[in-house]
Amino acid sequence: MSPRPGFVLEVDRSTPPTLFWHGEGFRLEKLPVGSRVIYPPEPLAGIKDPRSAIREALDNPTGDSEPLSALLKPNMRVAVCFDDVSLPLPQMQAPDVRQLIIEEVLERLAQAGVEDIRLIAALALHRRMTDSELEHALGKRVYEAAKSAEILTQHDAEDKENLLFIGKTDRGEEVELNKYAATSDLIIYVNINLVSMDGGHKSVATGLASYRSLRHHHNVKTMVHSKSFMDRDNSELHSSNWRMGKLIKDSGIKIYQIETTLNTNTFPSQFAFLQKREWEWGLKDRASFLAVSESLKFTPPWAARKIFQNVKSPYGLTGVHAGEVEAVHRKTLENVYKQQQVDVTGQTDILTIGLPFIGPYNVNSIMNPILVHCLGLGYFFNMYKGAPLVRKGGVVILSHPNRPEFDPTFHPSYIDFFDQVLPESTDPLVIEKKFEERFATDPWYIHLYRHGHAYHGVHPFYMWYWGAHALDHLGGVIILGGDPKTTRRLGYQSASTMADALEIASSIVGRDPSVTHLHSPPLLMANVH
Amino acid sequence: MKLMRPNSKVSLLLSKPLRPITLEEGPSRSKLGSNYDTAWSRRYGVRLLRAMLLDTIVRPGVEVIASPEIKNQDRIDHLSAPVIFAANHSSHLDTPVVLSTLPARFRHRCVVGAGADYFFDKRWKAILWSGVLSAIPIERSKPSRRAGELAVKLVKDGWNLVIFPEGGRSPDGLGQQHKTGVAQLAIRTNAPIVPIYLEGTYEILNKASKRFRPGKVTASYGAPIYASESDDPRELTKTVQAAIDRLADELHSDFLSAARRSAKGETPKLAPTSRGWIEKWNRVSPLSRGEKENRWPTRLFNR
Repeated sequence: MSPRPGFVLEVDRSTPPTLFWHGEGFRLEKLPVGSRVIYPPEPLAGIKDPRSAIREALDNPTGDSEPLSALLKPNMRVAVCFDDVSLPLPQMQAPDVRQLIIEEVLERLAQAGVEDIRLIAALALHRRMTDSELEHALGKRVYEAAKSAEILTQHDAEDKENLLFIGKTDRGEEVELNKYAATSDLIIYVNINLVSMDGGHKSVATGLASYRSLRHHHNVKTMVHSKSFMDRDNSELHSSNWRMGKLIKDSGIKIYQIETTLNTNTFPSQFAFLQKREWEWGLKDRASFLAVSESLKFTPPWAARKIFQNVKSPYGLTGVHAGEVEAVHRKTLENVYKQQQVDVTGQTDILTIGLPFIGPYNVNSIMNPILVHCLGLGYFFNMYKGAPLVRKGGVVILSHPNRPEFDPTFHPSYIDFFDQVLPESTDPLVIEKKFEERFATDPWYIHLYRHGHAYHGVHPFYMWYWGAHALDHLGGVIILGGDPKTTRRLGYQSASTMADALEIASSIVGRDPSVTHLHSPPLLMANVH
Repeated sequence: MKLMRPNSKVSLLLSKPLRPITLEEGPSRSKLGSNYDTAWSRRYGVRLLRAMLLDTIVRPGVEVIASPEIKNQDRIDHLSAPVIFAANHSSHLDTPVVLSTLPARFRHRCVVGAGADYFFDKRWKAILWSGVLSAIPIERSKPSRRAGELAVKLVKDGWNLVIFPEGGRSPDGLGQQHKTGVAQLAIRTNAPIVPIYLEGTYEILNKASKRFRPGKVTASYGAPIYASESDDPRELTKTVQAAIDRLADELHSDFLSAARRSAKGETPKLAPTSRGWIEKWNRVSPLSRGEKENRWPTRLFNR
């Protein structure tokens, strides 16, 4: 049976309660009659033999590019760069698609006798991956080989000696990249596209860049003008990256881009109910939902986090394309939209979203309040094409415990951002002007970023800017079931029940509002007409 | 002239009467060797018993004796039956180790190619091995249409096949040249060949051993090799042998170094060019491992 497309359900009296993610737990909420629930399409079938598909893609490139083997010469230098731990979410069951691709790439590099190679984790300002994360992403074979040959590195955006200034775009945006990659004869970039924001020129222009370069598009103005940053053609974030990509190409840097898309088969069988529509839950699904949700009530947050962070997704590969960056990315976007897009007519007054335990920046870590903001108002709010799901001046209700918990190893600058910046202002423009420079150049944060596993000092600012378009667009944000004090610190309102949340929202958008719920998991992208 | 004494009743009962040597030998009616009919061993009830035996006795037993470490099995994650598993062979333990380490979807629908002259030469042996291991007779020294056809039929019917292309156990733990039967089978059935490199079984139980010496075994799985009808069996045989050599190299170095040596044709061979002492000495000599000095005199002088 072919997978069913996504659709919009209108809630009636017989509609069962709707499942909401609530951090490391769930809520079942009865939405008002007449509300809409946007259900994502079912997972597409994965490619049965991914290795053969990868070989096929490398031999038959997309766009103006020769097959990979034809590009390789014995005395050349090659940088094999790959997406970091922020993709995919949750981490995929072994073998990770990066492993499959890099094994095939290394095989061809060996065949061609290319000795001078390096594997580079394209981190940008993200935290360095741990050894076990690298081993999972690359697979034991590649990890051990690369470690013993000392060719496995992680991009360091603060290693001044290993950065190369490429030039300025026609809009004056500076481009500074990893020196080894920029001086290589060929960059082979291995990407995973979970959402339409990833990939394209953003892979190299962001993944291998420094703060000097990133600040030109990771800023409030760009984010407010990215409507949305999930829609490449209407995203200023992407326009800036594309300008940088053109400059990189014109400066003679050759990129062979390998992009992959995954289906939305996100949870293993014990969480099968998460992948189903509520009225289709069988006895087993209802029993496992009850068992999981009831036991989570008695589980301390740290233990629940450990359980959920250990979930590995049985994703299937839906596409792999290799060759010229832009041509490859066009194919990739087609695949992403084919899996995630749902047509929706008209905007809504109130948009409800359940936030899960994981986002791109808290893999194996804690979803702190700033990441809650980023995930809700950055990622989920922006999962649209055309117009935002919620009208101008509307309200977003986010369901999450929003506890004031932070991971001091991975997110040290987030703690200071929460304690020092947010009490002064939650306005992204004020924050950017007054605090960004200090955090970005703080030597202690830089030290922790370079030698520990900390996100860069400026990273919490970017997380706040990620929600700038939503803050500019919305009339209010309510966190359902969140810690009230923490929620107020973010500048939002807090509600303990859905009825309360809708009541508060009504005071902003007026009586008898329209309500739409963005059903997740799995991921969906609303094409709003 | 001395007359032969008639047989006693007891010996008449127990020993098979000899055939007069003056009589010409007619066509063989033997039901042993490659003529042994193993169909009964693939009936559902027998399979069920064998699966229980494998999971409750053989696998725990192998775990105790050989504690096998499985490596690189993700390379066959996407495969489904039928698959031809081809491993190097130096011990009777190889078959239980391979069967124990195979994923369940292959393990319980699997036949094992076994030498017709060794495992099927007596009725009790034929029953034992076809029943316990689901062995099918394979002729090692002469071509046999019946044995070949049976293997092809079973693979085409969706059975997985475990086979040792070296044709028999290694006498000294080193590899042996592969025979072409596996390649011919793959070409005729289009089933992928998965090379497996087994290390450590020779030390536990080899041709000369009288008992088990428990140790540690590693089973490293290679990427599937696909055959097409236009392939030359000799070339495909070389490819499979090279794949097992590379798995051994990979186990002792790493993926990238082994890939690089393989690309240059410098993968160390498991099968020696000769089985003389020089070849063996070269394999254990420290000088052959690239060490500058022989350790032995150095140690002596350091005393």
